[in-house]
Amino acid sequence: MKLTLKIWRQKGPKDKGQFVDYPVNDVNPEMSMLECLDVLNETLIERGEEPVAFEHDCREGICGSCGFMINGVAHGPMPATTVCQLTMRHFKDGQELVIEPWRASAFPEIKDLIVDRRSFDRIIASGGYVSVSTGNAPDGNTILVGKEIADRAMDAAACIGCGACVAACPNASAALFTGAKIAHLSVLPQGEVERDHRAINMVAQMNTESFGGCTNIGECTGACPKEIPLEVIATMNRDFIRGSWKHRDNEVKTITPMTEWSTGSKLKIDPHATS
Amino acid sequence: MSTTAVNLPKSGKASFWGSTNGKKVVMAVTGSILFLFVIGHLAGNLQIFEGPAKLNAYGHFLHSIGELLWPVRIVLIISVLLHITATVQLALLKKKARPVRYSRKEAIKSSYASRTMYWSGPIVLAFVIFHLLQFTAGYIHPESQFIEGDVYHNVVAGFSVWWVSVWYIFSICLLGLHLRHGLWSMFQSVGFNHPRHTPILKGAAAIIAVLIVLGYISIPISVLLGIVK
Ligand code: SF4
Ligand code: FES
Repeated sequence: MKLTLKIWRQKGPKDKGQFVDYPVNDVNPEMSMLECLDVLNETLIERGEEPVAFEHDCREGICGSCGFMINGVAHGPMPATTVCQLTMRHFKDGQELVIEPWRASAFPEIKDLIVDRRSFDRIIASGGYVSVSTGNAPDGNTILVGKEIADRAMDAAACIGCGACVAACPNASAALFTGAKIAHLSVLPQGEVERDHRAINMVAQMNTESFGGCTNIGECTGACPKEIPLEVIATMNRDFIRGSWKHRDNEVKTITPMTEWSTGSKLKIDPHATS
Repeated sequence: MSTTAVNLPKSGKASFWGSTNGKKVVMAVTGSILFLFVIGHLAGNLQIFEGPAKLNAYGHFLHSIGELLWPVRIVLIISVLLHITATVQLALLKKKARPVRYSRKEAIKSSYASRTMYWSGPIVLAFVIFHLLQFTAGYIHPESQFIEGDVYHNVVAGFSVWWVSVWYIFSICLLGLHLRHGLWSMFQSVGFNHPRHTPILKGAAAIIAVLIVLGYISIPISVLLGIVK
């Protein structure tokens, strides 16, 4: 299989960046999209050029590291598939693939296809947890959860935090992600305790980051590799309204967005050092 | 991850109105008020098919209940203003949230209506202003004289001008598009979504939007065809 990959190349956050065409002649239809980039990178390295930087980890669609736009669709044309799971047989011989990173101010560009998704981490840190008493593990089945509720929680918990929803959203809103993170806890009895504060804090964090606002368009679910339903956004809205209404104090906790990379040390550390 | 946790005062982005979610709730509530108006207005207008006496009497009746007319108008004006303010703020946010555009972007799941809300809204607003100037204030009344109180005459004379009718029909179609998304979207904004009920809601929204469009455009079409004269 022969393909032309039109890839966004950008040296760093400050670089302007541009598309570069790369013909790849020996694409095996059984390869995944990331393996195709691996093949391209090997030839680039052989030629002494800089390989294309992209994020990946599990390569089995469960970690949420990978992701970019292929021909204007987040994670490419197959529904419910991350780019690491997308096999090349879905493309036609001789096709041109436009490969672009997620574009959103809340996801600043780092390099080539890698963007900084720490805004998602901060949303989770501001409320995506349940507080449990420490000590021995609780006995099994002390809290009974019905199958329907468990399924709903599980469906929302399937979110891998890849960012495709933000990338696909015309508003660049993080509503589907935040909704999933709120819903998978708040429908369970364990999450009930902190339900109001969780919604208020996580929504506040989402709105402090530079995401747009959700206008119920629904592109996000179409792009989501885990098919998270729009229902989670309604759950977030309901919890937020309920929380805002019932809330008795004025406390909202958010985390200041950080866009610079920090080594966490005052010492001058060479970022290019190998160890 | 080096970050600092801060306590935000419950104002600004952490407040209800400051949050994008809160704005959408306001848009849902004001939108539903405006939807009720659209229904009521249609019911009133369709009386044109019952002849001049009936429609003019209805017009007089509305003016005779002045104490009630103004509170309703004020609620409508406030709703319009809030609806627009929230829209403008969300639109500005949208612009800021993606400064670098995609070189290529495909829509795969969303409806045309939902993606064009930022267009259908302002055009309908421009139409409403034109419409008020024409039929309420009587400032714009091309090719005929506006007669205060003779609603029937004003409507027939107004719609006899072809471009007035075309502009009306076009705007009403956009209103229909706006409602097709808005009518189910408002439930989502206030936190109602159900795997069994939401599809029904979406279907109902489409049917209601079509009925409203047909109801409204039947008037200029009847005037142009000479059925109402
Ligand atoms: S909701 Fe879906 S698209 Fe969004 S981050 Fe989670 S898995 Fe990715
Ligand atoms: S690499 Fe883990 S989801 Fe793709």
